[in-house]
Amino acid sequence: MIKRIVLYIGNPANAKTLKRFGYLALVLVFLSDFFVPRQHAVYIWDKIPGFGAVYGFVSCVLIIVVSKFLGHQCGIMRDEDYYDD
Amino acid sequence: MIDWFHPSIYYIFGSVLIPFLRGRVQRAYLMLIPILGVATVFSMSPGTYWHYNFLGVHLTFGAVDKLSIVFAYVFSIMSFIGIVYALHVDDSGQHVSAFLYVGGSLGVTFAGDYFTLFVFWEVMAFASVYLVFARREEASIKAGYRYILVHTFGGVCLLGGIILHYLATKSIVVGPLAHDGSLAFYLILVGVILNAAVPPLHAWLTDAYPQGTVTGSVFMSAFTTKTAVYVLVRVFPGTELLIWMGTIMALYGVVYAVLENDSRRLLAYHIISQVGYMVAGVGIGTELSLNGSVSHAFAHILYKGLLFMGAGAVIHVTGKSKLTELGGLYRTMPITLVLYMIGGFAISAFPLFSGFVSKSMVIAGASHDHLPVVALLLTMASAGTFLHTGLKLPYYMFFGKDSGIVAKEPPLNMLLAMGMAAFLCIGIGCFPGPLYRLLPYPVHFVPYTAEHVTSTLGILMFTGLGFFMLLRKLDPEPTISIDTDWVYRKGSRVVMWLARKPIAVSDGYVGELYNTFFTKYTLSVSNFFARVVDVRAIDGIVNGVAEFFISLAGTLRLSASGLVRNYAVTMLVGGVAIVGYYLLTFLMRL
Repeated sequence: MIKRIVLYIGNPANAKTLKRFGYLALVLVFLSDFFVPRQHAVYIWDKIPGFGAVYGFVSCVLIIVVSKFLGHQCGIMRDEDYYDD
Repeated sequence: MIDWFHPSIYYIFGSVLIPFLRGRVQRAYLMLIPILGVATVFSMSPGTYWHYNFLGVHLTFGAVDKLSIVFAYVFSIMSFIGIVYALHVDDSGQHVSAFLYVGGSLGVTFAGDYFTLFVFWEVMAFASVYLVFARREEASIKAGYRYILVHTFGGVCLLGGIILHYLATKSIVVGPLAHDGSLAFYLILVGVILNAAVPPLHAWLTDAYPQGTVTGSVFMSAFTTKTAVYVLVRVFPGTELLIWMGTIMALYGVVYAVLENDSRRLLAYHIISQVGYMVAGVGIGTELSLNGSVSHAFAHILYKGLLFMGAGAVIHVTGKSKLTELGGLYRTMPITLVLYMIGGFAISAFPLFSGFVSKSMVIAGASHDHLPVVALLLTMASAGTFLHTGLKLPYYMFFGKDSGIVAKEPPLNMLLAMGMAAFLCIGIGCFPGPLYRLLPYPVHFVPYTAEHVTSTLGILMFTGLGFFMLLRKLDPEPTISIDTDWVYRKGSRVVMWLARKPIAVSDGYVGELYNTFFTKYTLSVSNFFARVVDVRAIDGIVNGVAEFFISLAGTLRLSASGLVRNYAVTMLVGGVAIVGYYLLTFLMRL
């Protein structure tokens, strides 16, 4: 059973279907945040519906861009034999 | 009747027998020890046990309270999972060192005084390094030496702090230290945060863990840092410095994980990131945040163990650990993939997985303590966690471009161990009650509120969207990343350069000075001695003595002619002389 699901997900032929499900899930998650009660909110952003989604996306992009910038431009990434000599 | 038994006894003394057993008997015995350990921990009740007076110091081996029990629970459970994962390994040395390592860890957990704590602390360091050496590759041996040297430095700091603390307070009872800014406080802190892998003292972890054996690194991922977290919770609650250290840590690990190509090193950077939450929780120091740190450590040991087991299974089967060389394994290793993903969802704090009920406690602790920036940054780090551990690593290892590697599922014992860890990850996530009851303070926190679930899902799902949009940017690159271990890996070269260039040059200069001035005068003085004193006086004396003996010998040679009549005359003259002498003295006395 598990194997069949994994093979289905991995098969490139099903990529389009999976993509549609992915978008559907994104929309559902984003919308559901508008319909929940917010009595535990501590800060202003806890009260904004959809903040989690936006913050998650921004965080992800920021992490990738900043890390790659540090890695490539600030000399953190080196050849694999950097320490051998 | 024994009211308390130290579980380390099983692990430390029980490990002695392992090398003498073989095959099935050994495997059964290997599982028996952690089962005894788990049973002992589960039947424990708070109190203090096993006091000894040693050289006038009061040692306590069994300081048991809720905090030590909850850590002992997860340490003993993880030791069982870890050993099941390692059952196929035919290297008794690894099993012995793993058990000594667990024993040391439990010893620290129950230590009531700093000396006992220190001894077990060192047992852990020296037992665990063998798990790196045991891989028997040159890179591992080198990394192992760096590991043990760094830990020795940390141990010396800890011991120095303990001694200063003892001299100042005359007490070695383990407990919260006064925030007096004394040297003792900071030395103990440095010793502990080195083991907790707080940057810049963290590089030993990402250096050594990927070099350990497949099964050894599973143990390592669980014990050293989390024992340090235990000591932090015990000794440094509410140390403000730790809030910021922890927050930086959480993001630091995430940044390096983007750049990393080696699967286990990527996971190691995520240990640093995850321990950041616990360190920050300790720094905040409220009951909610300390509970958060402890529960996060509990959950973390299980899901990080699971992730290391998953990555280890791939290395075990394919012999490869670099993401650039892996890919397309979903067809041949679907069960490993699913079990790994459970760990990935747990660390990413998906609802119904264990990270959700523990990580959110730390973030709530930050929010309630009026630290909005900390709460936001920690949330950002959790997006990074899902990005790497839940998306990047499995995508490039199991999907992505097909590497053409012929793989198969790992041995059954490995899958079973992963299954147990996965079961606990889901179990804790769905039913957090039992874990919450184990925590040191009463829990009023409710993880499953509608807003919490939807906002968490929003963060995670849209992180996923970002991942697939920037997929090409994230392609792993065959590089390594410079970290603070540069200081002692390349820094030694700076020392060598100093030795070669400035020191050698100044040495030559001094030599030149010496030649020009000192040698010159010494030579002229010795010349004087050579010409005057030596030739005239010493030679004269020596030659004179020699000439005297030569002439004496010449005279003697004349007398020793070898003719009997000459000797007879000599004897006669001698005899006459003696008789004459006595005659003369006799006559004189008259």
